[in-house]
Amino acid sequence: MTGPKGFILSAKEIRENNMARKENIIPIGPFHPLLEEPEFFKFYVEGEKVIDAEVRIGYNHRGIEKLAEAKTYDQAVFLVERICGICSTSHPFAFVQAVEDVSGIEVPERAQYIRTIIGDLERIHSHLLWVGLAAHFIGYNTVFMWAWKYREPVLDIFEKISGNRNHYGMFKVGGVRRDIKKSDLPELLKAIDEVESFCSMLLKAVIDDPVIRARTKGIGILKKKDALDMGVVGPVARASGVDIDIRKDFPYAAYDKVSFEKIVMTEGDVFARTAVRLLECVESTKIIRQCLKKMPEGPIDAEVREVGVGEGIGQHEAPRGEVIHYTKSNGSNYPERHKIRAPSFMNVPSFKKTVIGESIADAALITAAVDPCYCCTERMAVIDKDTDKILLNGNELVRLCQEKTERIRNKK
Amino acid sequence: MINIFTWGLKKSPWVFHLAASACNNCDIEILDTLTPKFDIERFGMVLVGSPRHADVLLVSGIVNRQSIDRFKRTYDQAPKPKLVVAVGVCACSADMFRDSYNFVKPVDEIIPVDVYVPGCPPKPEAIIAGIVKALRKVK
Amino acid sequence: MNLAEEISQKFGHNVSVSSKSKRRIFVGVSKSDAKELLSYLYHDLCARFSIATGTDTPIGVEILYHMAFDRLGVIVSVRVLVEKPELKMPSLTEIIPATEWIEREIHEMLGVDFIGHPNLERLLLPDDWPEGIYPFRKGDQGK
Repeated sequence: MTGPKGFILSAKEIRENNMARKENIIPIGPFHPLLEEPEFFKFYVEGEKVIDAEVRIGYNHRGIEKLAEAKTYDQAVFLVERICGICSTSHPFAFVQAVEDVSGIEVPERAQYIRTIIGDLERIHSHLLWVGLAAHFIGYNTVFMWAWKYREPVLDIFEKISGNRNHYGMFKVGGVRRDIKKSDLPELLKAIDEVESFCSMLLKAVIDDPVIRARTKGIGILKKKDALDMGVVGPVARASGVDIDIRKDFPYAAYDKVSFEKIVMTEGDVFARTAVRLLECVESTKIIRQCLKKMPEGPIDAEVREVGVGEGIGQHEAPRGEVIHYTKSNGSNYPERHKIRAPSFMNVPSFKKTVIGESIADAALITAAVDPCYCCTERMAVIDKDTDKILLNGNELVRLCQEKTERIRNKK
Repeated sequence: MINIFTWGLKKSPWVFHLAASACNNCDIEILDTLTPKFDIERFGMVLVGSPRHADVLLVSGIVNRQSIDRFKRTYDQAPKPKLVVAVGVCACSADMFRDSYNFVKPVDEIIPVDVYVPGCPPKPEAIIAGIVKALRKVK
Repeated sequence: MNLAEEISQKFGHNVSVSSKSKRRIFVGVSKSDAKELLSYLYHDLCARFSIATGTDTPIGVEILYHMAFDRLGVIVSVRVLVEKPELKMPSLTEIIPATEWIEREIHEMLGVDFIGHPNLERLLLPDDWPEGIYPFRKGDQGK
């Protein structure tokens, strides 16, 4: 490694250089130094204002629906689990329900409770992950570290129950693959208590912090009419006053056997989306605690031999919203057609409504507030409307976002 | 005579995460290495935002038709000496996506790979161990 | 009167309604009547558009529009057959804006032309994907 004048530095100088060059940004994903690349999110600007926005998806397209036709129903569960790493269990959850819907397979009660526990544990870890990333975008790196630190107890619970921190392989058609041991219950309950108290603390810290309020209130508003027109789902919809939650509206698993609140706010801005997600984390801890205590003894697998002929639809309220799977069975062991629709498919297009007209310093934050798959948010670019030249890339956009927070903080 | 370049690399490797078409789980576990529980920085490793500063490239995901050009280009931008660690089964062998119509070829047929870290996803400890193993290859 | 009866009564012989279960209703309708039926479900009955599914069959592409009734806990799936070889279907983006992306996906994966769609560009497939190869067709392997 050569120094600025081209001569070889001493070992001490290299070390010091390394420390000095250490960037403040924690990088998220690949950086696009070649600016002619087609980006994921393109923001067209006139001065400081975003006047148009485009999105190009397909970078992660792996042809899973087609692959699923070549797999048995049992194998396909593992395939759909890997659609997204964060909502890992949401896709199997909807998928097995779609298959069970074909001929009305009954799932044992204990399995329903275990499914609910896994589903809502995932909600907590996903929301904490999002809070960390959003905090990083606005420059609160301590919150990022704390949120991700408190994801760890949740991941440890997953490892205890299923053997893996992510991609748990818990679901199968007719039940679940592994049981939760009675002897593990005290430890699990203790971990949930720890997570709940952290989520409550984080919630209070976020709601009460004047800089975060100033930074996120009134930013990136999605009006209720737009939310309905675009069919958005999940926390994005609930933050804009759209009162939908699959767990309450289309009750499944053990969600109708536990009591919890549907969190709906009306402002539709980034602050509302943050608050909805944090409040949902707290509700999820309540759901999990009730399930762990109420879970009856019994089998965890209906031992399904045949799926039957017909069509089935399965839904699940994933952390990002409604996941819906449709399957068509012709009686064989392989699905004839398997349609997967992730919540982000409905939510991502809404960014056009929320980001146009806003300042470029907020673009990164507003895009992140939709909570698309994390690696989608990194591929952003800002383009000058008149010259079509790329002005800023993803990393620079995030830095701009963080700088605005600094300006607000310095004013207070 | 100590080779200054490789000595610098071994003492404080700068690690760049090169994601192809991944499901994000490996990506999250790589980012997890930054968090207090694993704390990659206490080993002197730093996660950087540009391949131009990278000593070690962590590759995750399969390479699909849309991402292959960007993938190759980003690899070429990293200066020598560089090491490549394939993180996760998708990067090691394409896993269950090999038959997809959008799949091109396994990562090690596009760029040379030094260390394979299997797992779906591999735990952060495994990823750090993989980087250390790669560094030991540097004479 | 429940939802299935309401739809039957309003559209009479133009639709065939079958209740698979309390929560699942399938309604078959012709291509020409589809827009009216979906507009009724979406605007009059305030359903939410959840997603559409395209399946390749020997005679055409079968499109199912899944409309979710959140207040009732019911999904109504509207079945339309788009015949081969023309594969033309009126776009629904004017009445249901949320259909924009899925119509693009069905177009690139199955080859259905949605007439009146504002922007029938590639969505998921790479830019250099060859024309005329539709991955979700039963014959096409896309290789």
